Amino acid sequence: MPRSRISEELREIAGAEAVLDGAEDLMLYEYDAGLSTGTPQWVVFPETTKQVSRIAQLASRMNVPLVPRGAGTGLSGGSIPRAGGIVLVFSRMTKILEIDAANRRAVVQPGVVNADLSAVVARHGLFFAPDPASQKASTIGGNVAENSGGPHTLAHGVTVNHITGLEVVLPDGGVVQMGGKAADSCGYDLTGLFVGTEGTVGIVTAITVKLTKVAEAVETLLAIFHTIDDAANAVASITAGGITPVALEMLDGKTLRCVEEATHAGYPMDSGAVLLIELEGLREAVTEQAEAVRAVCERHNAREMRRAANEQERQLLWKGRKTAFAALGRLAPAYYTQDGVVPRSHIAKVLRYIETVAQKCNLQIGNIFHAGDGNMHPCILFDMRDPDQVKRTHEAGRMILTYCVDCGGTITGEHGVGMEKNELMPLLFSEDDLEVMKWVHDAFNPKSVLNPQKLFPTPRSCRETNVAGGIGGSR
Amino acid sequence: MNPRGSNFTGPDRPTWDLYSKCIHCGLCLQQCPTYRVLGREADSPRGRIYQVLQVDAGRLRIGDSFVTHMDRCLGCRACETACPSGVQYGRILERARAEIESNYQRPWLERRLRDWFFTRVLHRRKGLERWAKWLRVYQRSGLQKVARASGMLKLLGLDKVEALAPQVDRAFFFPHLGMLYPAEGEVRGRVLFHVGCIASVAFTGLNEATVRVLNKNGFEVFIPRAQRCCGALQAHAGYREEAQRMARRNLRAFLEPNRDAIITNSAGCSAMMKEYGDLLQDNPKYGEHGRDVASKVKDVTEFLAEAGLRPPQRRLKARVTYQDPCHLAHAQKVRSAPRELLKALGAELVEMAHPDYCCGSAGTYNVTQNELSMKILEQKMDEVTQTRAEIIATANTGCMLQLRAGVKARGLNARVAHVIELLNEAYEDPPAAAEEQHSRHRRKRASHVPSS
Repeated sequence: MPRSRISEELREIAGAEAVLDGAEDLMLYEYDAGLSTGTPQWVVFPETTKQVSRIAQLASRMNVPLVPRGAGTGLSGGSIPRAGGIVLVFSRMTKILEIDAANRRAVVQPGVVNADLSAVVARHGLFFAPDPASQKASTIGGNVAENSGGPHTLAHGVTVNHITGLEVVLPDGGVVQMGGKAADSCGYDLTGLFVGTEGTVGIVTAITVKLTKVAEAVETLLAIFHTIDDAANAVASITAGGITPVALEMLDGKTLRCVEEATHAGYPMDSGAVLLIELEGLREAVTEQAEAVRAVCERHNAREMRRAANEQERQLLWKGRKTAFAALGRLAPAYYTQDGVVPRSHIAKVLRYIETVAQKCNLQIGNIFHAGDGNMHPCILFDMRDPDQVKRTHEAGRMILTYCVDCGGTITGEHGVGMEKNELMPLLFSEDDLEVMKWVHDAFNPKSVLNPQKLFPTPRSCRETNVAGGIGGSR
Repeated sequence: MNPRGSNFTGPDRPTWDLYSKCIHCGLCLQQCPTYRVLGREADSPRGRIYQVLQVDAGRLRIGDSFVTHMDRCLGCRACETACPSGVQYGRILERARAEIESNYQRPWLERRLRDWFFTRVLHRRKGLERWAKWLRVYQRSGLQKVARASGMLKLLGLDKVEALAPQVDRAFFFPHLGMLYPAEGEVRGRVLFHVGCIASVAFTGLNEATVRVLNKNGFEVFIPRAQRCCGALQAHAGYREEAQRMARRNLRAFLEPNRDAIITNSAGCSAMMKEYGDLLQDNPKYGEHGRDVASKVKDVTEFLAEAGLRPPQRRLKARVTYQDPCHLAHAQKVRSAPRELLKALGAELVEMAHPDYCCGSAGTYNVTQNELSMKILEQKMDEVTQTRAEIIATANTGCMLQLRAGVKARGLNARVAHVIELLNEAYEDPPAAAEEQHSRHRRKRASHVPSS
């Protein structure tokens, strides 16, 4: 079937206004927040589950790749149409379908923005706990696909812990319900299986989320250290000491200076590293824990301890943290963020290794990360106009992730595998492990119509082109 | 870098240094009014910057598609507030629009209208005065009533736009040019007043209130005669050279020694004038001087809040919501000053959910992009309605016109007012005395030489 016929059918399904197929429009969907690029042939903005189902049928029938996209804030190329095809954008499916405050549930369409849901349910004293740094823009559909986490993952868990039900469109157009409002459903936990499949298994069109009660008291502390080592050791001691902060974040000196320029949040300009520590719970317990945290930090040579005196100061500190990556954009025109996870006790060692990599590859690397759960985010700064720097950047990324795995960690905590780290999956999984995952993939998506060439290592012959592509190459 | 070469041609084009700061994280998307309405990447700040990049890389033409998406931008610069990388989106947009004007052929009628408005009407006081007089004749002779009642406007598709036109004043502000207004009581400072172009023909009362409130607070106000339109509308529309002309004239007009500040009451004007340094950066003669003058420009709310208000006689007993003008909140980062003034008046300030979301006015946007502008206004009015405010306060004339249209369309029983108008009322003397003082005030002539 020629291209124009597919365009025609898509227009018939979603409406003429909801389909883009001109080159000038399509190039706007070839990027996300990461480095990978790939141009679609069609972009469609569906409004109903029925439309999504019919589009899936069409894609399957025509064997055209189908790639869902939320706000395009992903970092691993999850929404990039690597093999071309149709990109489904959910910016017209943004309704909150139901709020059940008594049972702490909400049902939302996939295009609802993460922070918008929390804002709407705030009047019930509730919020949606997963808090990726992109939460002011990223969609809940995207959070489900990537199983997103955030600073408060330490206490609240990742997205999968907050999803109880899904409506999913399968590649053949079938619509299935997984789970529901109940906390536990019988039979296979398909909801749990689905979350984090990065659009390779089905397309979610409605999501039942768990809402969390806002804590009675919250205390936010900033511990300032002369050296990264001291800060890293304090992290291990805090958690080893049985204190459970809801968030425990580290920012190194280089990052701090950029963040402070961007937000004027009051971060020190001359320290080695800081820890941003948040405690939540009943008032008495929080005060007690804050004292314990202070004692641990001081034992690890903390130069100074500050506490947010009010909600405004707290928000400012968090704004600094949540915009930290982009603030590094002040130092270089591009960055590449890694997302490896290591056991907490290895943080200091891994940070030292990252510094060696930076020197060896002659690159600047900033570190802002979820220290509490050992989720490292080395941010490699580079200039994409220099092909050699691009090459060194990718090399540095690979070295760091390999080291994380060697330390007993993994290659991604929350950003997803996508088309960015799929070739690294064998570092972590044996052929048999990957084969079982592939069974699941094939059971749902046998023709690889949905989001092809993601998550799994591609056959060797495809790899060369994949390395050459990306914004690094084209910009 | 690119074999195809850039499709930009001018010396003042968007440069790599400007647009490469964008690391396409997407944090700006939800802050963009057009993205919230249209849900299209092409109509988001990130998408627009990407299109600029592609034009510079030679991959995208300056054609209908590019122009459509650039035209749709309100220039509200909410994305700059959201951007952690410090992208100067406003600068990229202005330069891209200047490129459009020199490389793209708009339809004949549109081109003529734009040229006429941006280089004739706004260029000189005479042009503006003539245009305003015609509009006044139309509005006050009964012609408007006939046109509206006959359905002719609807037929021509002009009905919505016509309703947004400012109500032209019976008396213009022009006679005040060249005048000096003395401070009341102890003199706390001397300032210059930039009166604004549209404000001079449609917001005379606001301008008078501004002078009066400054006087009441101990500031002597001098209104330089040779001043021109600030150039903001021109710069935003891509008429960069015309904007530069305006800037140069104003720099000369405001070259007054011993003045503490240059005051404006329209956020759009103060934002533009604070950026004269950038606008004239390639002009060695004016670049430095531009920065000097720019450093003295203050929005009137910012200036008064910093100086501290003299206690007004009356309190404002009303439920007030405040709409942040984009060019005050996003371009100048002034958010608390107008709120402090309202609180000092004793107003009960009720915040709407997103006070710093654009109302859709954006200079000439509500005329050129009427449909989109009205959708944005709808969202704004939903939030306004929820506050149940009796007064919608703001600090920019464009926002006032747009919000008034919104209030009228909803049939709300709310008044739209500039913060300064509310202040002026709080300082008002008893009616009879006020009338007398007012007229004395206006008759007072002064020499051009500022008293030292």
